Amino acid sequence: MPKKYHINVANTPNRFPIVGRSGIVDWGEGCLKCAVCVKWECVYDAYRKRTFSPEIMADTIDQICKDCFRCVQGCPKRLIHKTLNPEWEALGDDVFTPEIITATWNQAETGKIPVSGAGYGGAYSGAGFDSMWTDMSEIVRPTRDGIHGREYISTVIDVGRRHARLRFDAEGRLESPSVPSVRVPLPIVFDLLPFGDLSPAVWKAMALAATRLGTRMIVPEAEARTLEDHREALVPFLGTVTSDVKWAARFTMVELEDSADVLDKSAALKQANPDLIVCIRLEARSANVPRALELAENGAEVIHLVADARGYEPGVESSVHLKDVIRSFHAGLVEKGLRDEVTFMAGGGIAMAEHVVKAMLCGANLVTVDVPLLISLECRVCRRCIEGGGDCPVEISRIAPAWGAARMVNLMGAWHNQLLEMMGAMGIREARRLRGEQGRVMFFEDLEADTFGKLFGQADA
Amino acid sequence: MHYKNVWNEVPRPEVVKTPSRFRRGLGKYAVMVSEACNNCLKCVAVCPEKVFEERGGKLLPPHDHLCLGVECSLKSNRCARNCPTAAIRVGMNPSTRAMGDKRWTADLLMSTWYMAETGRLPKTDLEYRTGDSGGGFDKLRFRFPRRPPRPDLDKETIDTSITLNKRNDSRLKIDIGMPVYGGGMSFGSISQITMLSRIRAFAAMNSFTCTGEGGYPEALYPFDDHIITQVATGLFGVREETIQRVKIVEFKYAQGAKPGLGGHLLGDKVTEAVARIRETVPGSSLFSPFPFHSVYSVEDHKKHVDWIKAINTRCLVSVKVSTPTDVDMVAVGSYYAGAHIIHLDGSYGGTGAAPDVAKKNIAMPIEYAISKVHNFLVDEGVRDEITLIVSGGARTAFDIAKAIALGADGVVTGTSELVALECLRCHNCESGRGCARGIATTDRELTGLMDLEWGSQRIVNMFLCWRDQLREILYRLGMSSVRELVGRTDVLAHLDYSKDVPDDDIRKPAE
Repeated sequence: MPKKYHINVANTPNRFPIVGRSGIVDWGEGCLKCAVCVKWECVYDAYRKRTFSPEIMADTIDQICKDCFRCVQGCPKRLIHKTLNPEWEALGDDVFTPEIITATWNQAETGKIPVSGAGYGGAYSGAGFDSMWTDMSEIVRPTRDGIHGREYISTVIDVGRRHARLRFDAEGRLESPSVPSVRVPLPIVFDLLPFGDLSPAVWKAMALAATRLGTRMIVPEAEARTLEDHREALVPFLGTVTSDVKWAARFTMVELEDSADVLDKSAALKQANPDLIVCIRLEARSANVPRALELAENGAEVIHLVADARGYEPGVESSVHLKDVIRSFHAGLVEKGLRDEVTFMAGGGIAMAEHVVKAMLCGANLVTVDVPLLISLECRVCRRCIEGGGDCPVEISRIAPAWGAARMVNLMGAWHNQLLEMMGAMGIREARRLRGEQGRVMFFEDLEADTFGKLFGQADA
Repeated sequence: MHYKNVWNEVPRPEVVKTPSRFRRGLGKYAVMVSEACNNCLKCVAVCPEKVFEERGGKLLPPHDHLCLGVECSLKSNRCARNCPTAAIRVGMNPSTRAMGDKRWTADLLMSTWYMAETGRLPKTDLEYRTGDSGGGFDKLRFRFPRRPPRPDLDKETIDTSITLNKRNDSRLKIDIGMPVYGGGMSFGSISQITMLSRIRAFAAMNSFTCTGEGGYPEALYPFDDHIITQVATGLFGVREETIQRVKIVEFKYAQGAKPGLGGHLLGDKVTEAVARIRETVPGSSLFSPFPFHSVYSVEDHKKHVDWIKAINTRCLVSVKVSTPTDVDMVAVGSYYAGAHIIHLDGSYGGTGAAPDVAKKNIAMPIEYAISKVHNFLVDEGVRDEITLIVSGGARTAFDIAKAIALGADGVVTGTSELVALECLRCHNCESGRGCARGIATTDRELTGLMDLEWGSQRIVNMFLCWRDQLREILYRLGMSSVRELVGRTDVLAHLDYSKDVPDDDIRKPAE
């Protein structure tokens, strides 16, 4: 058996105090200074451990407090209250919610998967990936003790064009030419960052992390030139202009923006290096699906559909979610009998580990991830860096590359373990098998139509 | 007064007022009494909700969780208006915003606490029926006829009991007094006091509670006839002797909160006592495998059921599964394997510890599964021979009634009882010493925060209020028994499908 892929994580604390969900409001006035104060009974020693943090010019109690409300209920003078932190509520947007940002920070710090007590407390379903549930297997399917036990779950993905079938000559010799492929140990590739207070240190951190994880990183050409030490991990993004073919051909994989002559450019690159894999990047719009299929029919190896940072069709009004674009491209490939030949990467709006699995179940071979990498560097998704209004509140450009890499590795380590959990529950031991496994996913619309639709008729739109 | 051994005794199903264990109850409103108070105690006299109480001629801090709100306080015959020194002010409690989540909103927590304290529905505007999850139970409503169809029905005698053995076999015939029994919560994940509080309360209602996967502590022996013991994948604490003690044995194939994954108890919670019952090592984390490694087919499953039936010749067998796409096939397989009860645990169910990714994403919510399985069993012609019990997100009497109307015979609860014990869902049960509120912990000091009699009574009070609500719902639907409600989807409406859905608040009198 080959060596089990394992991501080594190590606790890597924040540079800045985190923005907590709720805060203790404590009115000192009227305090009885009673001998057996509830504050000293705090199970978490919050009142004992609290200090003043000069970074945020505030008390650290809210980072220790775990919302048990014992002090709120115990103070004889009723001077203690808890309330939601407006700064926390204002974090991110509808896709990168405060909950997701907080959970991502924790994973980047500890490398551990989020575990909590009590049942799920969130919405019943929601937009985008929240309208899907993954399946589980009960009793009549084979064992999968891969998480803690003997057999293991593989998350390896091969990227590149594959033959539909192998051809042999009359003597049984292989006629089909060998085709290049790149193997990544987890179905996640780092993508161009859509925004951020970026500096060479950030790119360096990404390259270090991609190298340590054994995966790839799509990177602007200019940055790729400064990161030659990490050539193995880099996928230079060459855009549409003809670039330095000789330089580009030294990599294992490059990415081109779609254009009328993109296949000619791809051919030129491959002539310089027949082992080079060329990905073609398109905006993940329904209108682009026919074009993507055309490229696939004409020999494109890897199609990369990228939604906007929130996971929706870029620049389209009343846009559909990435998952639906993935499904329609996947279905198109199946229809044309090309599905096994082309690698399909999808990205944009991948915010949590579960989105990786769900995007794959919809039909992607693997996903690309962007904003969560920034969040692992403590980004608050305030978008000041692109929308103006001030400097990055967490000075991302000033990170130490080693620290940034450790945080990204931690996050991916936690994601990888969540992948294993979800695959284990499904009884799937091969990440390659997740691709388009729509029998192992339940869509909100289908379940609603099957259940309440049957009972109560048409939904009032 | 006689010495009462609460450790052995089944409490009476009667409401006894049981206020919060903590100094201050949490409510929607905050009643503030300023330094200007001159202890005239007029407020004590005018408040009908007993928010104000005096001791030795002095006003105690107000019980503001009972307060009916700002409007009430400003009425001419109420506290604020009658305070000669204008010392009383009623406002919103700022802390409520930080409480609860979408499934268990602050309102739902507070209304459940109110039921557990008083045995009655809250008189305030607290929402007591649904949460804010935006789907499933939270979007379903009862369509009550304008007038109760059978005004002759006596609410007090409306039957809320259900039968757990519908097979005409030689095994025990068991009826439970309300269509609810207690879900498995293991010793280790919760304290012995919490465990016994639930058991005693369910026993008071002539129902059952499941031990969960943590074995059968000796303290449970007096309640053998009200206990379901669980055989789960880790087989912790399962012995021939424990299987023989009980009337119902439950196989746990999967749990809704973490379908496809085994149970998980962190080392900190594995104390000497927990380890002894589970036959493991103190301090060492316990992972249950998944699935049963002896079961890879329905035939294997039948062998399992037969094994239990051979060891205990009178017991009923329940099979607890989660809700995959083929849950209907699993259910019918269990029927043919000889199970008496098929128990579906939906994906939003409770747990002492589970990965968030599993709680949110894996398997379908119970609302869909009930309908799917009920209809499939009807089509197979076996619906009348198996008891369909569901769980996974049933929080209130309304959820219970809706689950039954969708096609279940009864419901299993768990979290609601913990909320009655003043759980506020801080989600920290898995960590360190466990629950800061002394419910889901085995820590000696924290366990001491709760008293058995208090705990049992809080849960009994909530159950009695649930029973009253169920009776009121049935009365308004013109049904004399909860068994008539099974599969009656015609009495339900869904907010996404109908525009004119009337309010089903049963605090408002029927016409």
